[in-house]
Amino acid sequence: MTPNDRKYTKEHEWLLIEGNVAKIGITDHAQDALGDIVYVELPAVGDAVEAGASFAVVESVKAASEIYCAVSGKVVEINEALDGAPEEINNDPYGAFIAAVEFETLEGIELLTAEEYEAFVAEEN
Amino acid sequence: MDTLKKTPLYDVHIALGGKMVDFGGWALPVQYSSILEEHKAVRERCGLFDVSHMGELWVSGEGAFPYLQYMLTNDITTMTPGRCRYSMVCYEDGGTVDDVLVYKYSDTDYLVVVNASNTEKDFEWFAAHAIPTVQVENKSAEYAQLALQGPKFMQVLEAAGVEGAIPEKNYTFVQETKVAGIPCIVSRTGYTGEDGVELYCAAKDGPALHAALMEAGKCVNMLPCGLGARDTLRFEASMPLYGHEMDANVTPMETGISFAVKLNKEDFIGKEALLAPAKRIRIGLKLIARGIAREHADVYLGEKRVGHVTSGSPAPTLGGNYAMALVDLEDSEAPVYEIEVRGRRLKAEKTAMPFYKRAK
Repeated sequence: MTPNDRKYTKEHEWLLIEGNVAKIGITDHAQDALGDIVYVELPAVGDAVEAGASFAVVESVKAASEIYCAVSGKVVEINEALDGAPEEINNDPYGAFIAAVEFETLEGIELLTAEEYEAFVAEEN
Repeated sequence: MDTLKKTPLYDVHIALGGKMVDFGGWALPVQYSSILEEHKAVRERCGLFDVSHMGELWVSGEGAFPYLQYMLTNDITTMTPGRCRYSMVCYEDGGTVDDVLVYKYSDTDYLVVVNASNTEKDFEWFAAHAIPTVQVENKSAEYAQLALQGPKFMQVLEAAGVEGAIPEKNYTFVQETKVAGIPCIVSRTGYTGEDGVELYCAAKDGPALHAALMEAGKCVNMLPCGLGARDTLRFEASMPLYGHEMDANVTPMETGISFAVKLNKEDFIGKEALLAPAKRIRIGLKLIARGIAREHADVYLGEKRVGHVTSGSPAPTLGGNYAMALVDLEDSEAPVYEIEVRGRRLKAEKTAMPFYKRAK
């Protein structure tokens, strides 16, 4: 089930938005496609991030995948638990956020609802 | 996916939920459940792989022995019928055509098992050098090949039902043994660093053999395994893979496979080039820094680039991240190297290969 409490991108990331802070993670579909996740390269708190740029890397056994930040702003929190337990993204993709970003604006950024995202995934397959 | 070649087991993979990928033009499962779980199953219990994509070339005729002796870097003089031998096939310049497994039936009949993606190229290479007293036939499409690997493989075979002998020694084979009533070539070989067998049967019997072994494997909680686990298992055992640790630009000496190159035997293709000292060598590295170094990453000593990573991944049984790298011989003895990963230098210490060796 794709949770309705958040937004999604076509790069298979989710954004849980509260005020001007977005917690960002990857979708169930993304974790399933990657397979066993063994390492997450987290950004640092305070890092400036730009919409569309890579800000973290999720590594599965087979490959490294860049995670793109949907919004511009500043990293205000990272999920340090992923350092010791990267598999949490497999176990609980919608609970295990990667980082929280304080953003300037959502204007001009294409975000999908859960329903739209599910349709997008179905189409992609 | 529709343009990819399919093994006789394709429908079995789909039915078992295999995640299908393009592997050198073949549709094969990278995993069924989880690479880590499948890897663990092979180390601790047993795993079943479809390796039907591998190529089978038959070399027969009066001239088969001297012909192969000339084509292969290893010496097959000491092979008796029923033995398997690992060898390289080289170009004149010492670069690697392929690494192969040779099965001796008799002085006039040999089976040469080659890498899937090299089958056509190898067949052409062998055929181009064939002599009038030798026939080389590509019979790859006639066979299904399954690898049953892991410490409990014998229990699985017994549960499936065996009529005939199972080879006792590593690198030996039995020409025909029935497993679950299906005639198979059974060889005590594998590509995982564990004990096990590889079974070759008629392509049409592949799905039935797989089904029988899956059923029999329940007694040891066996898992079907995909290419992902096959790669992490061979990587941990530091076995080279064509296209990664070796190719047309890398010699067996550089790959560190000189044990399969017998420079003291009479002439063979590549001998002259291989007599010259190698300039590079494969080394093993263990990452000290957090992070994973993947294939093609540059390896440094200080500011000097000394080589590149040929394979890099987590080593699930050992823990930690490892890499194999091809480095300049003169820079191959340092204790610590740096590997560039996404613009950062990660420290890695030189470590002996194989990374993983099973307890005997």
